[in-house]
Amino acid sequence: MARSFNKVIVANRGAVAARVLRALSEMGIRSVAVYSDADRHAPWLEWSSEAHHIGPAPARESYLNQDTLLAVLKQTGADGIHPGYGFLAENAAFAKRVTDTGAVFIGPSPRWIEDMGHKTRARELAKEYGLPVGAGTDVLPAEHAAIVAAARKIGFPLIVKPAGGGGGIGMLIARDEAQLLAAVDKAASLAQRSFANGDVYLERLVEQPRHVELQIVADNFGNCTHLFERDCSVQRRHQKVIEEAPGPNISRASIGAISADIASKLGSAGYNNIGTVEMLMDADGAFSFLEMNTRLQVEHGVTEEVTGIDIVKTQVRLAADEKLADVLPTTPKIEGHAIEARVYAEDPRRFFPSPGKLDVFRPPAAAGVRIETGYREGLEVTPHYDPLLAKVIVKRATRDKAIDDLIEALGAFEVRGVKSNIPALVTILGSDAFRAGAVHTGLIGELIK
Amino acid sequence: MAECEAKSEVTGSVWKIVTEVGQKVDAGDTIMIIESMKMEIPVIAEEGGTIKAFLVKEETPVTEGQVVAVLES
Repeated sequence: MARSFNKVIVANRGAVAARVLRALSEMGIRSVAVYSDADRHAPWLEWSSEAHHIGPAPARESYLNQDTLLAVLKQTGADGIHPGYGFLAENAAFAKRVTDTGAVFIGPSPRWIEDMGHKTRARELAKEYGLPVGAGTDVLPAEHAAIVAAARKIGFPLIVKPAGGGGGIGMLIARDEAQLLAAVDKAASLAQRSFANGDVYLERLVEQPRHVELQIVADNFGNCTHLFERDCSVQRRHQKVIEEAPGPNISRASIGAISADIASKLGSAGYNNIGTVEMLMDADGAFSFLEMNTRLQVEHGVTEEVTGIDIVKTQVRLAADEKLADVLPTTPKIEGHAIEARVYAEDPRRFFPSPGKLDVFRPPAAAGVRIETGYREGLEVTPHYDPLLAKVIVKRATRDKAIDDLIEALGAFEVRGVKSNIPALVTILGSDAFRAGAVHTGLIGELIK
Repeated sequence: MAECEAKSEVTGSVWKIVTEVGQKVDAGDTIMIIESMKMEIPVIAEEGGTIKAFLVKEETPVTEGQVVAVLES
């Protein structure tokens, strides 16, 4: 029997807090926003039914402070928590603590968050579920001979990755055996000092890969489907910059088959709520599993635009034990083409963060341009949080038209007081390679020097 | 022996120092990692050498262009 939420806490800030609060308001669910000292004047606080101060600016003392958030849960009598993305969204212990109070953590069950959070375990699970997994090893042993043997098995070039890390730290490429042991030592030492976990593993390196991901939607009763793919190949520092749906130059038959297969396997395995299967696509169009994100994705908007399905509302309804067939009564379809550009407070050439005061902040107001932001003019962009100023999303009948209109929208976006990456976004979108759909994860490095 | 300076390219704070005084590093190796706006930006050795001194500690705030370590090559 489906339940309905009475009051939901949005345990996040910025653009995603704004997005979730808007969905809750449209659903007639009361909402609780939380904020740190740095976000006292944030615009999204006004869109909540009530707002609670949760501590100083550093995230670990506010947005990452589980005890404080659980106290707010108790104090407000809320019966659900939406974690957004980042912060505690993929923290299984927090999800479990929320669930233990009797409230609903709006996301997959803690066991899924935990299983997919550890990279080699996630790879093992993906293999077990029959998903396509590229050649790779388990966590490497210490003996040099065993490392060399493991490397020979998967072949060069390969990449050394920390098992418990993120953000690209400690990821090193070894092109041959001569480079292997030094790369493993360096990666392990970096991982140990950075993440207090020196475990590393090897993966076959895919040269100039595309990053293609699949939006999964599932209920609490074993029913699972997908909302097609997004291409998120345009990245800097292993972070996405431009995303689009559908993916350009991908055979519909090939992506359709693999998407249906993955959704069916995750459904059988009991995956619930929403999630994203990230895959690498090589030059031959073959896919391999990269990781699964057990949360709402930053770039969910492009999928919403082409399917007409509100993913946040879908997520909330599924968390309330509604059945997939009731939430999505008709088979999802793609119409048109949507592209999102992430406007970051950073240098447009070297992509270093640029905190400061938003002396001018005027997103384009043109019709048919969707803006997701947690900022407004006059606010401070602090070094404490991520540099995302706004997402600009355009959906048009064709990809070409979407590119043209997104370039125009970005040209009309006025930001002063901090540096922004808008010039870089316009360069990328205007390039022949992007126009041709010849995207890959090294594209920014080729276009911007 | 020539000395060279390693600088932070970004305003933020020192997240992790991943090398030690006396350690030999190659050009391109990460000396320490600066955190800013949830991004981890490495301070890279421009040339190979030995770490002579750190001028900052973990959690020290740094500004763009600030010298954070001295190397001997």
